[in-house]
Order: sequence, then C-alpha cells, then structure tokens
Amino acid sequence: MRLNDGSVARRLSTLGKHLVETTTTTVRRPTAPPIRSLPWRGSVFGHVAQAPEDPILGVTVAYNKDPSPVKVNLGVGAYRTEEGKPLVLNVVRRAEQLLLNDPNRIKEYLPITGLAEFNKLSAKLIFGQDSPAIQENRVTTVQCLSGTGSLRVGAEFLAKHYHKKSCFQHTIYIPLPTWGNHPKVFTIAGLTVKTYRYYDPATRGLNFQGLLEDLSAAPSGAIVLLHACAHNPTGVDPTLDQWEHIRQLMRSKGLLPFFDSAYQGFASGSLDADAQPVRLFVADGGELLAAQSYAKNMGLYGERVGALSIVCKTRDVAVRVESQLKLVIRPMYSNPPIHGASIVATILRDREMYGGWTIELKAMADRIISMRTQLHEALLARGTPGDWSHIIKQIGMFTFTGLNTDQVAFMTKEYHIYMTSDGRISMAGLSSRTVPHLADAIHAAVTGAV
Amino acid sequence: MEATDGAPPPPPTFFPHSEIVRPLQTGFSRVLLSTFSGIEIEGFSPFGFGGGKVEGDGVEWRAVQGGGGKGGRAVFLLGNRSMSSWWSNVEPAAKDPILGVTEAFLADQSPDKVNVGVGAYRDDNGKPVVLECVREAERRIAGNQNMEYLPMGGSLKFIEETLKLAYGGNSEFIKDRRIAAVQALSGTGACRLFADFQRRFQPDSQIYIPVPTWSNHHNIWRDAQVPQRTFHYYHPESKGLDFASLIDDVKNAPNGSFFLLHACAHNPTGVDPSEEQWKEISYQFKVKNHFAFFDMAYQGFASGDPERDAKAIRIFLDDGHLIGCAQSYAKNMGLYGQRIGCLSILCEDELQAVAVKSQLQQIARPMYSNPPVHGALVVSTILGDPELKNLWLQEVKNSCIMSGMADRIIGMRTALRESLEKLGSTLPWEHITNQIGMFCFSGMTPQQVDRLTSEFHIYMTRNGRISMAGVTTGNVGYLANAIHEVTKSG
Repeated sequence: MRLNDGSVARRLSTLGKHLVETTTTTVRRPTAPPIRSLPWRGSVFGHVAQAPEDPILGVTVAYNKDPSPVKVNLGVGAYRTEEGKPLVLNVVRRAEQLLLNDPNRIKEYLPITGLAEFNKLSAKLIFGQDSPAIQENRVTTVQCLSGTGSLRVGAEFLAKHYHKKSCFQHTIYIPLPTWGNHPKVFTIAGLTVKTYRYYDPATRGLNFQGLLEDLSAAPSGAIVLLHACAHNPTGVDPTLDQWEHIRQLMRSKGLLPFFDSAYQGFASGSLDADAQPVRLFVADGGELLAAQSYAKNMGLYGERVGALSIVCKTRDVAVRVESQLKLVIRPMYSNPPIHGASIVATILRDREMYGGWTIELKAMADRIISMRTQLHEALLARGTPGDWSHIIKQIGMFTFTGLNTDQVAFMTKEYHIYMTSDGRISMAGLSSRTVPHLADAIHAAVTGAV
Repeated sequence: MEATDGAPPPPPTFFPHSEIVRPLQTGFSRVLLSTFSGIEIEGFSPFGFGGGKVEGDGVEWRAVQGGGGKGGRAVFLLGNRSMSSWWSNVEPAAKDPILGVTEAFLADQSPDKVNVGVGAYRDDNGKPVVLECVREAERRIAGNQNMEYLPMGGSLKFIEETLKLAYGGNSEFIKDRRIAAVQALSGTGACRLFADFQRRFQPDSQIYIPVPTWSNHHNIWRDAQVPQRTFHYYHPESKGLDFASLIDDVKNAPNGSFFLLHACAHNPTGVDPSEEQWKEISYQFKVKNHFAFFDMAYQGFASGDPERDAKAIRIFLDDGHLIGCAQSYAKNMGLYGQRIGCLSILCEDELQAVAVKSQLQQIARPMYSNPPVHGALVVSTILGDPELKNLWLQEVKNSCIMSGMADRIIGMRTALRESLEKLGSTLPWEHITNQIGMFCFSGMTPQQVDRLTSEFHIYMTRNGRISMAGVTTGNVGYLANAIHEVTKSG
C-alpha cells in the first residue's frame, strides 16, 4: 500500500519531534535517559495479520464493489421487496413514532436483563400465550443482541454452569451444515463443538436416520443445537412427527436442547405454527434454552433485538439462573440497547398492532414462497438438468441449491450473482424481475463445463 | 438432571390405543391415542397452546395443540416422570455493586428516598434528561431510515465523527488512516473488545488497573482472561492523587506493560492528574515502553469542554504513544440505553490499522455480529450537522434554556460542600469541590453508607461514591444532613 506524500511528510515531522530533547517542562527527571537514545517504538500489535472476510457478510462487501447493473445479492438473509429494497414494516414505523412522542419513554440504562415487558412478551411469543412454563414462572428471559447475542450469552452460561458429574457437559452438537457463525460463537464461549448429520445431499432433504443415529450416540448430557424452523442454510425442516421422535430420543438420553429461532413466522407465515417444535419440548415439562431474533420477522436487523430464554424445572432455579446470566452480560456490554426492544414491546403489547404485524409478516413469507415457485418454474421451462423440486420443498428464507463452489464462482463472475460459496441463496433477495437472470445463471452453471 | 429411566413411560391404563375416552378437564371433546406413541386430540384446548395437564398412573400428561389452532389436531404428549433440573447446582449470583443499588432504590417505598448510586445524569428535579439535540436528531431519523445491518465494525460515519472528538478534528492520525476503530457497545463494549483483542494478540500481557476504579473494569478483563495488576492512584488521606506512588508503580512495572487510564473525570474518585502530571506520566510511559489504554466515558462532562477533557490523550499522542481508547456517549449525549461507543487503536500505519480493525471485527462477530444502528444514527446526525453539534456543546456545558449538565454538577458540588460546612461538620470536605466529573468519593465507610440507606433511604455504592448527578437543590440539604449525621460521631 502506497503512503501518500502528505502522510510521509507528517510522519517524518512527528518522528522529528521526538529526536529533539524537550526543555519546556519544569518537572525534574534526574534518572531518565535522554529521549534521543531510545529506539523508535513499534506497535505492540505490529504482528497482527489481516483476518479473512466473513464468508457471509463478505458476500455483501463484494456485491457492493461490483459495478454491474445486473448484479443480484442473494447472500445475506435480509428481506427485500419486489423492487429489491429493504423493508421497514408499517407497524415498526408506527411504533417508532409512538416512542418519539411518548413522555414516559425510558431515558436511561435498561436493567442488565433488558426491557422487562419485552422479555415477557417475547417468551409468550415463542412459548405460547398460555404456556404452563410461563404460568409457573419457570422461564427466565433476558434481552440480548439479536440471535447472535442470545446464543453467545447462552453459550457462556452453559460453559460456566452446566455441570454434570459423569458426562460431557461442555459439548454442543450442531447440525451439518449450519449457519457459519454457530461454531464460532460456541467455540469462543468455551464449548466443544461436534456435529450431527442433518442434510442429505442426495435427496436434498433431511437425513433423519443419520440424525437419530448421531444423537443416540451422543453422550448423556450433551447440548444439542436445534433450528426451530426454516433451517439455515438448507431450508430443510423435520416434520412434526419427526420432531416428536427427536424429542423422545433427546429426553430419554438426557440431551439438553438449545433452540435457535431466527425465523419464527417466516417459515410458514404463522407464528404459532413455526413455534411448534419448541413448544413440543416445553410441554413435556423438561428444560431447554431458546434464542430468539427479531431481525428478520420484524425487519429490525440493525437494531439487534433478541432474547434468550431458559426454561427451568422450578421457579427457584429460574431465579438463580437469571442472576448468573447477569454476570455474563455485565462484563460484555453492561445492558442491552433500548431502541429495538421498545419497538417490539410496543407492537407485541397492542392487539391491533400485533395483528398488523402478523399480516405484514405473512406477506413477506408469501412473497418468498412465490419466488420459490417462480424460480422452480423458470428452471423447468429452461429444461435445466436435475431435480429442482427442493426449491419448493425447502422452507424459509434460504434455498440450498446443491451447486458447488466452482459453479457458484462461475455464477458470480459471469452473471454477477452473489451468494455464499456453499450454494445457499437467499430467496428474499429475488424478485420477479431477477428470477429469469438467476435461472439463466444456474442453467449455464449446470450445463456448462464448469 | 439425572437421566430419565431410559424408555418413555408406558401408555396410561386409562388411555387404551385408538379408543375414544372420557373428556378431559382441558375441554377436549375426545382423546385418541395415536399410533406414533403420542396422543391425538380432536377439538381444541381452551387454554390455547401448551395448556392442559392431567395426571394418570403417576405420570403427568400435557397437551400441546398443533396445527392452526381452532379445531385443529393436537399432539398430546407423554409426560415424563419427575425430572430434576440441569441447574440445581447454580448458585445465586451476587448483585452488581453499582446496578444493584438502583434495584434496591426502586424497591424502596419511602417518599424521601434519594438515588445517588449509578452515574446517570439528572436535572434539578431529579429527572433524567433527553438533550434537545438528541430529540431533534431522533425526529429526523424516525421513519426515514431502514434498519439494515451495519457492517461488523459499525457505522463509518459514526466512527469518523467520534475519532475527531478524541484525537482532534485535524488529527494527522485520522488523515493518515492510522487508527483502527470500530463502533462498540458503549464504554463497556469498547473495553471488552480491547480486552479480548489484548488476550488474543498479546496473550502474555497483563492489565494494570488503578485503585480504585469502576468495578466493572475488573469483570471485563477477568472475563477476557487477561491477568490483572493494580497501580496506586487514589490517596485516601488527602482525597487526591497519590502521584508519587503512581509514578513508582509505572517505573516498577515490567517494560511494555499495559495500563488502563481514565482520560478524565476518574470514576469513582473524581480525582484527575494535572496537565503537568499527565506529561510526567506520559514521559515515564515512554521510558518504559508501556501501552496506554484510555477509558474516556466522560468527555465534556469533566470541565464542560470536550477538547479540554481530551487533554491527557492529546499529551500522549504528542509524545508518540500508540494508544488505545474506549469512548462512550452514554453520559455526554445522554444516550445511556442506546449502547453507543467506540474502540480505537492507533497503529503505525494504514496497513496495520486495516489488519487490526479486521481482527476486532472477528471478535465482534461471535459476540453480537454487528452493533446496533440507532445510537450511531443519533450521534452521526448530531455531530455531522454544525448547528446540532453546537447545540450539543452548549447543552453539555451551559445552555440558555436549562442549566448545562457539567455546570449543574459543579453547582451541586459547591452546594453540598457549603451545606456540610454550615451544619458545623468538623471533617474536611474540600474534596467535594476539588474532585471532577460526575462522582464524589466521599470517604465514607461502608458502615456509614449502610446507615445512610437504612436510616435515611439514601442509596449509593458502598465504597462511598456519590453520583453528583443525582443531587438536586431539592435534596442537597437532606443529603448533607444525613451525611453529617452518620459521619459526626467519627
């Protein structure tokens, strides 16, 4: 990297200042050696190497650099309208206005655990209005920084407090594949990360047998990460029957469930339906962790709103657990950001706004489903070789296309299609206008000698 | 939790397979046992999802409704025999020594109660304040912005404006792009990112922390697994700076040690080195090749002038130190709950700054992915608009409409000291007006503080730190009287 001349001149003059002994101060320094004799001190961080780009967020960085007018960003899972624009929900806009004009708005720090009303409403959203666990005060919910923050706080808590005498308490099993940030979050929190089979490339569906075998082989007490719905990146979800089977297996083996719920409402369009797997586990009276995010389903991405809930056996345990969660949070960021949580609470507490939200959420989910249908039809129309039915079978924001890294690179280079190298595309980034372009790109990638 | 008995409990004797049985108290009209070892129920539960419990054969059965709701099929699950908790051994954690004070205050019913615990600014009516510049910024933002993810390192515009405050508007380091800087979750988040970074890239280093310091500093470096040492700072007898011991500690520390310094308005003591003393400290740091990490949480709040409050940092920069710096807008813009701050590390050149920033982002990614956008927008809006920025500067120091924040606090210091002297207290109280910033380190013992709370409903941290921002013309007399009462017997 070339230093510009101005910078060099400034740098030399700064250095020069230190080669001249200062006489301005009257403080005696009888024992200090003259400055001139000291070597110039380099940075203690001079050895730091540049980190690689984040594989997911790096896609958007590359996309932004591309000048092509036909470029399409199918990388990060952020919803886009048919016009390709980000969307702020109407209920969110209204909530913001209400907050602006609210004289009773909180003006100071939130408690360490966050906005209390937000926590209660979030728990009800995922566990159900009448969840017995909530009624029995067995749930502790703390506001965290979206899904990532909720996972990290939960993982730190597990690493510190999940003690079992004779089993692998600090191991978490994550599905293969999973969101790229999952292993990083758990590893840095101090958990050992292992995997269980999940996706079957041959069927582009669930490897249910493999999943059951791997969980059966897991040591008693191990933690298991479960995507509540709309699995990221594959879009492949177990059926309710399969969930029930998983639940029985896990409970009989004493495996601790840790749900990641980032797409409630986005999978089927129904908030309650998408929460079923989690509620199945709560209903059997057992314990679990659940991380919730409002990034996608309320479009609050950058506000970083989420919650971690821990369902405990008794109320007394929940109280103690909450006190320990505070010790994780305080040295990380003291207390969570207020703005996004206030928006969520404003919407969830008001029946009319909640209703409005469910309608807007369903519209987003429906548009994604429509993109799936259109892409599938476009590929059929082109006679693109292969079975593309997984595009309409998979659920949620993403499609795991099955394309390999070479094909992905080809599509980026020749067609300016940006996606993660594992072949995952964000359906939310498609529009009726761009579907044909993507279909062409896939067709070329699959039929060309790539 | 002990492992369950292996096999799931057998089907209940009163729920034979595929037979319609008596209606349950949950309101289900029929109960069917499915072939897949669950039970299917027709009709719906009046309790909604997750409602309904029934006991049978020593097993508790819970109902869960599946599908769309009204009239849908439900899966009625096998209950487990008594499960014990995974968390039986979890001890209740001690309350945070600072934030716990506010919790106790909120629970107190007394009409006389006073909260001089947490360092959040209050107006003379004891009410929290939203600055006018913030209100205006929020009006401009609301409904106009999308809420897309920020980059991992946060808002570039925000960072640019923030660095100017610490390093100077015309800083050569900014021009030369030598500062690796990321948006952080207020001061706490900035310190934590630095501590994690220090651990990763200087794993053999320790952090020297002043005595006393903000209690959460210890938590932060401990959770980052960086060993801690202390250095002398506060001199209890003089209630001022123990400069000689501080310099000794600087000299005796191994070369290349990492030091945490409060840039201005030291928390909790309010005792800051003079400009001359800062120059000497900087010189000794050069001799020893120490790393200076500045925590600047009160820029603008100490003297009322942000430029003046950055003096210590500028002295170090002039002396050629490659510093680290945590900045917070919690107090000086009243953005407490927005969690908006910045971590910066001055590097040798642009290449190094790019590398360091990329690594800081790697630490943020598994913690929260990217920082919250709202506070960054508010700050950028204010600092990026000359009129709003001027308004902010006025409000921090002194405004026509309401007494500026720093001036009000200085006024309260004077009032408290004079009240105590008028009550005939024989103890010295000059330190109240000598100390700087939001806090007064009163010198009271934990026992005296406990008496203040139990007898007078006055809440403060047990180290005797008074948040002057919580003192008003309305309560300063009451506070002075109470302090006199608990200290006069010695």
